[in-house]
Amino acid sequence: MKQSTEQKLSMLADAAKYDVSCSSSGSKRTNTKDGLGNATGMGICHTYTQDGRCVSLLKILLTNHCIFDCAYCVSRRSNDVQRAAFTVQEVVDLTINFYSRNYIEGLFLSSGIFKNADYTMERLVRIAKKLRQEHKFNGYIHLKAIPGTSDELIHEAGLYADRLSVNLEIPSEESLKKVAPEKDYASAYQPMNYLARSIEGYRQEKKLIRHAPTFAPGGQSTQLVIGATPENDRHVLLLANSLYQQQQLKRVYYSGYVPVSEDTRLPVITTPPLLRENRLYQADWLMRVYGFSVHELVDDQHLYLDEEVDPKLAFALRHPELFPVDINRADYEMILRVPGIGVKSAKKIVQARQFGKLRQEHLTKIGVVWKRTQYFVVTADQQYHWLEMKPEALRQRILGEKTTPKNTTQLSLF
Amino acid sequence: MIYVYDGSYEGVLSTIFSTFQRGKEAHDMVVESQYQPGLFHEPTFVTTDAAHARRVLKGMEKRCGQEVVRLMYEAFLSEQAGIEMLLYQFVRLAVESPENVLHNFREPCVLKLHQIGRQIHREVHRMHAFVRFQQTNDGLFVAMIAPDYNVLPLLPPHFVARYPAFCWLIYDTRRHYGIYHQQQQVDYITLQTHQHHQLAQALLTASEKDYQQLWKTYFKSVDIPERRNLKLHLQHVPKRYWKYLIEKS
Ligand code: SF4
Repeated sequence: MKQSTEQKLSMLADAAKYDVSCSSSGSKRTNTKDGLGNATGMGICHTYTQDGRCVSLLKILLTNHCIFDCAYCVSRRSNDVQRAAFTVQEVVDLTINFYSRNYIEGLFLSSGIFKNADYTMERLVRIAKKLRQEHKFNGYIHLKAIPGTSDELIHEAGLYADRLSVNLEIPSEESLKKVAPEKDYASAYQPMNYLARSIEGYRQEKKLIRHAPTFAPGGQSTQLVIGATPENDRHVLLLANSLYQQQQLKRVYYSGYVPVSEDTRLPVITTPPLLRENRLYQADWLMRVYGFSVHELVDDQHLYLDEEVDPKLAFALRHPELFPVDINRADYEMILRVPGIGVKSAKKIVQARQFGKLRQEHLTKIGVVWKRTQYFVVTADQQYHWLEMKPEALRQRILGEKTTPKNTTQLSLF
Repeated sequence: MIYVYDGSYEGVLSTIFSTFQRGKEAHDMVVESQYQPGLFHEPTFVTTDAAHARRVLKGMEKRCGQEVVRLMYEAFLSEQAGIEMLLYQFVRLAVESPENVLHNFREPCVLKLHQIGRQIHREVHRMHAFVRFQQTNDGLFVAMIAPDYNVLPLLPPHFVARYPAFCWLIYDTRRHYGIYHQQQQVDYITLQTHQHHQLAQALLTASEKDYQQLWKTYFKSVDIPERRNLKLHLQHVPKRYWKYLIEKS
């Protein structure tokens, strides 16, 4: 029986949804007068799923046929699911028509592997090329780089895509081998390293020649599945940190393992580890935006992030010697480390204190969460009362204040 | 002194200009159409004067930098009660202070202005996200919106950059006017009818329904029931926006 586009869409969107990255940010692509779309660098969520995830891109698989048998994946060869495959034209039409109606920022195209890596990648590239060249589409395109693809195809993909990602999926090679027998780290790191070099190369060239072609201006990202294998948070964050440093990744995504099968190679769990995933995102955010080093967040005494309190508060509670922070004098970096003060507030504090000493009322108005911040700062008027308080007592007090059940807290930042 | 003006942005600026020119402090600024004569005061009626308005903005730009021009306009578009007086206080503060007050968040009116600015940005951002075009028979892309604030004038740059080759119309059904784009040009228009809440199905292209259906299917398929979190969902997509979202209807 021939499947309709709608049936395929339903199957191939369903199969793609476990890839959590949906960001359309970080790329700049200006439109032409006769073109369609642009990438503004900001990224827009056009709607949200019922679990509060941002829907920014048309995220689909080209096909869920796959010759591999990764235990954590619904599309794995041994799984008994219905299979489908889009034609190149179907994906192009959906993208253009959704984009024209302002449903999406662009396309996120991934795929199961049919035949081999290059054969699959060639089709993904063909779709991106068609969108860019025939339809003058300048919206966002994220292509999954299939592990094991040749450098030539990766290169071509980079010419059309805003972002490319190679998913490591499992946070250690040892575990990967167990759950995905056909995969290894080398075939994932190969395209990643190739991309890191090319992105940097093109970036340099663009500095010199304005009209040099762009190459994956949104950089590359990857995804790690959390909770399917035994790696601890320290391991995961060290890996993420090295990916940010070595491969200059723009983003590492963490996907709490959603039990998709009764495959015996995987642990039996009923709900995905959402809290753990959330804490990892918070820690990741602190590394990328707040300038925390990975060692400030986890170490060999703290193999897992604190589940009770967020990583920033946990850091403060572990380092009473760094507090209180004098709001009127401390460096911006240190103000950023105060629980309850975000990036925007920290910037405002630094600007506003040039005009005079800041008191508690100023901080509250600026948007600081005083309830949280009060234990960690000195203001012009506020007597500081941390010193009498032990970190452990403080933790209990803060935990006592919490009204929302903790497993529903998900950072709205993402 | 109570000043009465015509309700336009240039009108507010002209009024502010007047207060300085006359050396008479404003105690309130009222829009003409809402003005009710009182017994105990003699209002001043201000005539809107583009040149005066420009001079106020020029002066503010000189004192506070370019950013301030946009901030003041955005604040005005918030339509919040008392916004004229807030702008007036802010201008006075800027004029009376030796330094640039734009980021002096210790001043309540500065802080308030930035807060309103943030609310406006949030609403603009929401419109960038939640506008849903429907294609008509003659190829026009139409979207109906009813934003909390009067943000329509802030929308063209984004949508022109994105859809330069399309003919499109974004219509504010609450304030009864729209922006119409054709060949890089944007005009303000008002439709005769008020029955535009649902575009007549007959006007839409044959494939419009299909793509709406496909989009609904897509939205349904990306749901992960194990992760469902409706509280968060509602925080991101407040109910009042649902009526514009095809996937929610
Ligand atoms: S290769 Fe990709 S699509 Fe195929 S089973 Fe593994 S994870 Fe799934």
